[in-house]
Amino acid sequence: MAMNSELWLRRIVKPTVFFVSLLPATLLTWYALTDQLGANPIEEIVRTSGDWTLRFLLITLAITPTRRLSGFHWIARLRRMIGLFAFFYACLHFLSYLVLDQFFAWGEILKDILKRPFITVGLVSFVMLVPLAVTSTNKMMKRLGGKRWQRLHQSVYIIACGGVLHYLWMVKADIRDPIIYGSILILLLSHRAWSKRKEEAVRRRRAHSATI
Amino acid sequence: MLIKAPKNSDVSSSEITDETLFRQRRRFLRTAVNLALTSTIATPLFVPASARAGTKLSNVKKSAYTIDEELTPFEDVTHYNNFYEFTTEKRDVAEMAQGFQARPWTVEVNGEVHKPRTFDIDDAIKRYALEERIYRLRCVEAWSMVIPWVGFPLAKLLKDVEPTANGKYVEFTTLHDPERMPGQRRKVLPWPYVEGLRLDEAMHPLTILAVGLYGEVLPPQNGAPLRLVVPWKYGFKCIKSIVRIRLTEKQPRNTWQVNNAREYGFYANVNPNVDHPRWSQSRERRIGEFFKRKTLMFNGYGEEVAGLYTGMDLAKFY
Repeated sequence: MAMNSELWLRRIVKPTVFFVSLLPATLLTWYALTDQLGANPIEEIVRTSGDWTLRFLLITLAITPTRRLSGFHWIARLRRMIGLFAFFYACLHFLSYLVLDQFFAWGEILKDILKRPFITVGLVSFVMLVPLAVTSTNKMMKRLGGKRWQRLHQSVYIIACGGVLHYLWMVKADIRDPIIYGSILILLLSHRAWSKRKEEAVRRRRAHSATI
Repeated sequence: MLIKAPKNSDVSSSEITDETLFRQRRRFLRTAVNLALTSTIATPLFVPASARAGTKLSNVKKSAYTIDEELTPFEDVTHYNNFYEFTTEKRDVAEMAQGFQARPWTVEVNGEVHKPRTFDIDDAIKRYALEERIYRLRCVEAWSMVIPWVGFPLAKLLKDVEPTANGKYVEFTTLHDPERMPGQRRKVLPWPYVEGLRLDEAMHPLTILAVGLYGEVLPPQNGAPLRLVVPWKYGFKCIKSIVRIRLTEKQPRNTWQVNNAREYGFYANVNPNVDHPRWSQSRERRIGEFFKRKTLMFNGYGEEVAGLYTGMDLAKFY
């Protein structure tokens, strides 16, 4: 007996994506508890959580293009969860900096924020993620209204740029990884710009034919 | 001259014993494995014992240059390395450097010297009495270790080649061989790696050329077979796998300075008051500790080396 597609999505796809998304955090915890994070576990935790924040941000941004290109429209139903996972890993990243790396040394943290552009841009990006997570519920979406909600959530592109910049400004000499993340982001951004132009062209044509 | 650390002198003896026992057991196992290997394969015919990482170095005398601080475990010293010639991932250098052939190995010493000469590494080890020096190592990335190096003062080697009056600086060069050092296949830094010291810094008794650590032959990931150790400077000054030492009249351009002069200077003295443009240098994480500790001026070696820099603006000559 075939399961209907709604049930399939809710009972199988979503839980699977949820647990797979939790895997990096689970592994990190396991490694931390079993002393497998190497000589500098704190650095490892901060870096790994940062990596996964960027990865989830990029996956979130890739969902709409993937849906358009593949025609699998149900993929869009995973966007909120994956976006929230980006926020989850960003929280881990921020908390590991605050607690493990700095241990609430507020003076040092303040100096970091004011003096070091990579920390500044990282923190700003993190703070900008908070309203997106807060307004991710259906209720909030209704309260804000579709247009306003969408405009707010478009800031995720700026946040992703901030995240990549944060990484790029942090590394000492080997910029390969931040360049890879940056290239993927540029690709996603240009796809968005391209499809927006196409949409507008279609709209204009429709408006034109309506006047005739 | 005994260098006493102001803090941390009251390390419990049990901790030290544990570490030693741990090391002995590890060494015993490794020796057993080495023996098993050497008895089956005819390596000793071609490779002297001093060539293999993990082999105990003989005739090492304890040096007065030591500190009473807990040693960073061998495992951490040998598995958390900045050695871009292999990979930029500190945790992967050990694996990438495994099997690196550090023999035969010669070191050219030339330039502004009266008696240029080329040393075979094993001859140098025999010629210069080996000492154990327990030093702090402070990386520019704001982490630190305490490492028992085995080596000899650079001054001894330099005296043997007799610098001329024009020899004002010492330039060191790392092996450039992308076949053996796969990290060099990518141009992360301008290869080969070059470092430099002023002659008085090079002649300072604290400056050594290390050939081992923890009483054993230097593992590849730590710069086999020969590396520089200058404990009052950031780790990147301690150039690894040296093939050339050249005396020069002009100040050498060290690799990190060439790569980014705004962030890395020639001197690179550990200085908590001069931040790296992108991160603070006022504190450091000692590997194995949770709380950061305050970074000491000249990495705690101010009493010995501050005199080298009298009258210099250390914010300008960073």
